[in-house]
Amino acid sequence: MAKAREVLFDPVFKNNPIALQVLGICSALAVTSKLETVIVMSIALTFVTTFANGAVSLIRNHIPNAIRIIVQMTIIASLVIIVDQVLKAYAFQISKQLSVFVGLIITNCIVMGRTEAYAMKNGVFSSMLDGIGNGLGYSIILITVGVIRELFGSGKLLGMTVFKVSTEGGWYIPNGLMLLAPSAFFIIGLIIWALRTWKKDQVEED
Amino acid sequence: MSNDSITKTLLVAAALCIVCSILVSSAAVGLKPIQEFNKQLETKKNILMAAGLLEADTDIETAFKKIEIKTVNIDIGDFVTGDQFKNFDQKKAAKDPKLSVLIPDKLDLGKIKRRSKFASIYLVKSGQEIETIILPIHGKGLWSTMYAFLALEGNTNVVKGLSFYEHGETPGLGGEVDNPFWKKQWIGKKIYNPDWSLAINILKGKVNPAKAEAIHQIDGLSGATLTTVGINNFIKYWLGENGFDPLLKKLRKQGEENG
Repeated sequence: MAKAREVLFDPVFKNNPIALQVLGICSALAVTSKLETVIVMSIALTFVTTFANGAVSLIRNHIPNAIRIIVQMTIIASLVIIVDQVLKAYAFQISKQLSVFVGLIITNCIVMGRTEAYAMKNGVFSSMLDGIGNGLGYSIILITVGVIRELFGSGKLLGMTVFKVSTEGGWYIPNGLMLLAPSAFFIIGLIIWALRTWKKDQVEED
Repeated sequence: MSNDSITKTLLVAAALCIVCSILVSSAAVGLKPIQEFNKQLETKKNILMAAGLLEADTDIETAFKKIEIKTVNIDIGDFVTGDQFKNFDQKKAAKDPKLSVLIPDKLDLGKIKRRSKFASIYLVKSGQEIETIILPIHGKGLWSTMYAFLALEGNTNVVKGLSFYEHGETPGLGGEVDNPFWKKQWIGKKIYNPDWSLAINILKGKVNPAKAEAIHQIDGLSGATLTTVGINNFIKYWLGENGFDPLLKKLRKQGEENG
């Protein structure tokens, strides 16, 4: 069981897909201006990585080498379309805000990276654990960024007022930069810095 | 059979495609009714919101019964009826060369290029008298085409509300068009000068309430200058002669005769 725990929790801090491997940055910039969209995006991505890993692992011994990438892509794309359709049916408001970014999970390097690097070589159970773990690693960074951006950008968390902003008669003057994509770059940069100060082995050698 | 033989490759590819397409199409077809319902509910909700009929506990379907849907020929401002206008989709029509017109560059304030010849508008009546006219309007903001409903009082002059139901502006900046505090400002503003020329205007910055023009003016959104410039332009387009002006003129005249 020790191995299973490693597979599941390693990607959270030790081998985080965003902070260490620097994958999946695109959506981390795009959807993090509000916590609500972040949470839905994290769930969607975790679902896709888990089941894409599971499905690829299930047929890994039958995938012809010549078309393996396209096979992985097809599985991922199908899962993403299903997620998108489900969101449109049951979380219409949020799917409107996420718009194109749900579809872009297809091109999220984390998903492809895990199916190619892990699921092609490992069993179904540990591949799915690896998927969940990487989903969690992605989620934890995104949620951190989302909390910071929404709180300082619009004085709210999950749409509920925390700091009353000046346009609504409060005292807080929101930081407009936080709502723009570059702020996510700064925040992710700072997170990587903090993480590497804490876990020295993640520092890259020159 | 070796995994890399041509037969196996084709076999795996074909099997995968069939499995995936069955999954995807059953998800799409199975969820379609709920998605359509969501879309309609969303439109209705925004119409009610623009008309100021939406409270926190309003049941959308019941409240929507008060609203009368009419299809109008935009160019001449007359209502049209007929089966082809049931569930008329203005967005689709705007792309159909037979159902739309090209807008001359000079007049195209909203930067939408083509416009449907017909539009669905919504009326709230008490007896014979029209209380609220709800017009669908759209045009370019900064990043996206923005779709909204603008609600006017029966006299066609006073704004009852504005509600965007689709846009892709930056949340927190241009996206603040959804901020209830900003939308509240529109209520009670007058669209026309006393001689019925267009006067409604979004300023850059704050409106000075001491000035006489203040009744026609709305605060711009800080950090969203280009979005508000876009809105300002397409509102003028849709209320202008190439937009709903012929209809609004007729409704005014009708109102006078009735009144």
